[in-house]
Amino acid sequence: MQRIGDAPLVRRLLIVIAVGLSGLFLLLPLVAIFAQAFSQGVGVFWSNVSDFYTLHAIGLTLGIALLTIPVCLVFGVALAWLVTRFSFPGRRLLQTLIDIPFAVSPVVAGLIYLLLYGRNGWIGGWLDSYDMQLMFSWPGILMVTIFVTCPFVARELIPLMQAQGSREEEAAVTLGASGWTTFRRVTLPNIRWALLYGIILTNARAVGEFGAVSVVSGAIRGQTNTLPLHLEQLYQDYNAVGAFACAALLALIALLTLAAKAGLEWRASRREAFA
Amino acid sequence: MSHLALRRFGSARVLPGFGLSMGISVLFISLVLLLPITGLFGQLAGLSFAEYWSIITEGRVVASYMVTIGAAAVAALINAAFGLLLAWVLVRYTFPGKRLLDALMDLPFALPTAVAGITLATLYSSNGWMGSWLEALGLPVAQTWVGIALAMAFTSIPFVVRTVQPVLEDMPVEVDEAAMSLGATDGVAFRRVIMPHLWPALVTGTGLAFVRSLGEFGAIIFIAGNMPYETEITALMIFIKLQEYDYVGASAIASVVLFVSLALLLAINVWQGRFVRRLHGGKA
Amino acid sequence: MSIRLHNIAKHFGATQALEPIDLDIQEGELVGLLGPSGSGKTTLLRIIAGLENADHTPTPGKILFGERDVTHVHVRDRRIGFVFQHYALFRHMSVYDNVAFGLTVMPRAQRPSAQDIRARVYRLLEMVKLEGFANRYPAQLSGGQQQRVSLARALAVEPDVLLLDEPFGALDAKVRQELRRWLRHLHEEFNFTSVFVTHDQEEALELSDRVVVMSNGRIEQIDTPETLYRSPKNRFVFEFLGDVNYLEGNVHNGTLTCGDAHLTVDLPDGDEELLLRPHEIRLAEQPTPESHLPVTITAISPVGAEVRVELEADWLAKPWLATVRHADFNRLALRRGQRLYAHPRHWRQFSEATENTIAGTHVA
Repeated sequence: MQRIGDAPLVRRLLIVIAVGLSGLFLLLPLVAIFAQAFSQGVGVFWSNVSDFYTLHAIGLTLGIALLTIPVCLVFGVALAWLVTRFSFPGRRLLQTLIDIPFAVSPVVAGLIYLLLYGRNGWIGGWLDSYDMQLMFSWPGILMVTIFVTCPFVARELIPLMQAQGSREEEAAVTLGASGWTTFRRVTLPNIRWALLYGIILTNARAVGEFGAVSVVSGAIRGQTNTLPLHLEQLYQDYNAVGAFACAALLALIALLTLAAKAGLEWRASRREAFA
Repeated sequence: MSHLALRRFGSARVLPGFGLSMGISVLFISLVLLLPITGLFGQLAGLSFAEYWSIITEGRVVASYMVTIGAAAVAALINAAFGLLLAWVLVRYTFPGKRLLDALMDLPFALPTAVAGITLATLYSSNGWMGSWLEALGLPVAQTWVGIALAMAFTSIPFVVRTVQPVLEDMPVEVDEAAMSLGATDGVAFRRVIMPHLWPALVTGTGLAFVRSLGEFGAIIFIAGNMPYETEITALMIFIKLQEYDYVGASAIASVVLFVSLALLLAINVWQGRFVRRLHGGKA
Repeated sequence: MSIRLHNIAKHFGATQALEPIDLDIQEGELVGLLGPSGSGKTTLLRIIAGLENADHTPTPGKILFGERDVTHVHVRDRRIGFVFQHYALFRHMSVYDNVAFGLTVMPRAQRPSAQDIRARVYRLLEMVKLEGFANRYPAQLSGGQQQRVSLARALAVEPDVLLLDEPFGALDAKVRQELRRWLRHLHEEFNFTSVFVTHDQEEALELSDRVVVMSNGRIEQIDTPETLYRSPKNRFVFEFLGDVNYLEGNVHNGTLTCGDAHLTVDLPDGDEELLLRPHEIRLAEQPTPESHLPVTITAISPVGAEVRVELEADWLAKPWLATVRHADFNRLALRRGQRLYAHPRHWRQFSEATENTIAGTHVA
C-alpha cells in the first residue's frame, strides 16, 4: 500500500524532525524535573518529601481529589446519558456550556468563586453571618477544583456513547430490563474504560490545579497549601531542590496518567483487531 | 418519566432516566458553572461605564493584553505547524518508539501547570540546560515574551495534535490512491486533497490552543519575569489586583478575559458545527 | 395474540411520519410491512413495540394486544420480542448471556431458576442451530449467526408478539434466502403473531400471510401476497411490487396511438398511460389488427427461469423489459438488433382522479 508522503526520504525527514522537536520540548522538561529533584541525592529528595508541610500538602491534595472525583463522576455520567440518549431543545447548548471551564482562565475561575462566596459576596456574606467561611479554606479549594475538572468525564463519555447509539439499551428494555439494570448491565460495561480514563484525567487535573486554587486558598502552610502551591512557595524561597521534589511527585502522577491512557488504548485496539 | 416531558417534546422516552439526568445536569451546570459568573457581574454593577473603561484601558493592563495576545498567537501558530507534523507522523508512519511519542503528546495536559512552569523556567534560565546555549547564541528566552510564548506552546500542543489526529486517521486510503492515480505529486496531493479535509480540525485545534494560552497562568509566571509593561500577562494582572484587595479592578479585567474566551469558544463551536454538518450531511 | 391498532398517527416535529392508521393483525399471522424508505413502516413497528409513542392529539390512538390495552404500557412490560435491524447484541456478553438476559432481569418472583434458564437458553440455541457457540462473543459470529442469536434472545422471554425490523437487510442474498425459509418454519411451528418490516417486495411476498404496503406514512393496501400481486389497488402498489413498462399515447375511437405504434383499447378518448408487467408482453414476428407495436431488441440476459429482453423503439420514452420463456426464446431465435412486434397480453390503467383501476386483456 502506497500513500502520499511515503517516499523514504520525506518519511525519514519528517520522523526525525517530529521526534527531535518532541524530545527537546516535551521529553527534556520531564527529564529535567527528576534530574533537579535528585540533584542532591536520594537522601535530600526523601527529606524534602517527608517534610511536615509537604506531607500535609500531599494529604490535602489527595483529599481534594478524592472528593472531587465522585462529584464529577455523577455529573459526567448524567450529562452524557442526557445528551446522547435523548433529544430535546437546548441539547447542543448544554454541550457547549460544559466547555466553559476549558475556556475560562483558571485565575478567573478562582476569582468568580471568590467574589460569590468570599466575605463580600452575596452568598459568602450570608454564610459569614453564620460564621461559616468557604474561601481561604479547603471547601473553597474543593469548589474551584470541581469547577475546573467537571468536563473531563462527560467529554470522555459523550463521543463514545454517541457512537455506540442506544440500540443495545433499547434491546435490553424490550427484554424487560429496568432502568438501573439496563444501565448497570448494558451501558456500564460498554463505557467502563472511557469512564475510568475520565476519572484518571479528573484526578490528574484535580491534583495539579494551580491558578484557580491559588486565588481561593490563601496558601497557608500546613493548612490550605496544596502540593502545587507548596511547590511554588519553595521555589520562590529559592529552595529549588525542594520544589522539584514536589514537582517530581506530581510528574509521577502525570506519568501514571499517561501510562493508564496508553494501556487503555492498547486494550481498545486489541479488542478491535480481535473483533 | 413525566407526561409533561412527553407532551412537551412530542417524542417517546423509552429509555429511563430523562428526568433524573436532566435534573442533575441542569442543577450542576447552574450552580457550578453559571451561578459564580453572576458574582462577577454583581461586583461590576456598582461601576459606571467610565470607571469600568478606565480600569480596563489603563496602560499597564493594555500592555498585558498585548503581551498575552501576541504570545498566544505566536504559540498557536507554532502549534498549528508542529501539531500538524506530529499528527501526520503519528498517523501515517510506523517507527520504533511511536507509542512512546504518542503517549508523550498528552504530557502537557497531564503535567500540573506549576510543575511545567518551574521546569521551563529552570531549563531556559541563563544557566539552565537550554538557556545557557540559547543565550550564547544571543537568544534569551527566560524573562522575555519568547519564554511566555514557549510556555503557552508547551501547555497547548495537545489541542492541535488530538483534534487533527482522528480526522487524519479517518481518511480512507482510497483518497490517496485516487489522487496519485490522477497523477498528483505528493506536494500537490497534500495541498489539494488532504489539507481541505484537515482544515476544520486544524483551525479548531489551533483555536482551542489559542484560547487556552490566553488564560494560562501557572506555566507562565515562573518563566515570564513579570516586568510591568513588558512581560506581564493579563491573568497575572488579575492576580496582582486581587493581592492588593482591588476586587473591582480584578473583576473588570476578568470580565474582559471571560468575555473574549467565551466568545472564542462559541465561535469555535459554531465553526466546528458547520463543518460537521457539511461532512456528515446535517447530522451533527 | 392478535394486534389491533386504532387511529395511530405520528409526527416528528413538523413532518408527519404516519397518517392516522387502523390495522388488525390476527393471532398467529405473519404480517410484512412493506414500503420504500421513509414510508413509515419502521415507525409503525416501533410504535407497536412501544419504542416510540404515537401522537396524543387530536384523538388519541389505541393499541390492543388481544384484549389487553397496551397503548400506555411501557415497552418493558408489553411482552414483545424485538429483533433489531443490526441485531443490537450486547457486545460485552457471550451468546449465552445475550440469550439469557431477558430471563435474568425478570423480577425475582417470576425469574426461572438458574437451571431452568440454562435449559431454556440451550433449547433456544439448539433451535437456532448455535448450540456450539454459547461461549462466543457477538463479534466472533457471522451476520447470519448474529441474527439468529438476536432472534433467540427475543424469543427467550416468550413474547406475545414478535416484531422484526428489516431482519435480513444486512445479510447477503444466499444467507437471506436460508434465514427466510427458516423463519417461516419457526413461525409455523410456534405459531406466534409476528410483524416484520422490509423494503424488499420479494421478501414480503414470500414470507407473509398478509402484506401491508405503505408509502408516505399511509397504508396503500393490505392483502394476501396473491391478491396483492394480482389486483393492486393503485398505481403505487403496482409499481412497487415489480418491474413496470409504460405506454403513453392518445386514445381516439378505441385506438391508442403513439408515433407509428397503435393498440386497440377499451378506453374513452383522451391522453392515457398503460402499465404492463414484463411477463405480460408477448413477442412475435408479425403485428395483428389490434396491436401494432414495432420494437428492436437491445439487450438479452438469459439468466434464470426466463430470458430478460430489453426493447426499444422511437415511440417509447423508456425502454421496455419483457420476460420470455426459454422455449419461445429458442423458437423466435431472438438476437440483439432484431426487429419484432410486441403484443400485450394484459395491461392496467390507473386513473389518478378516481383511484379506479381499469384492466384490459387481449387474447393474444
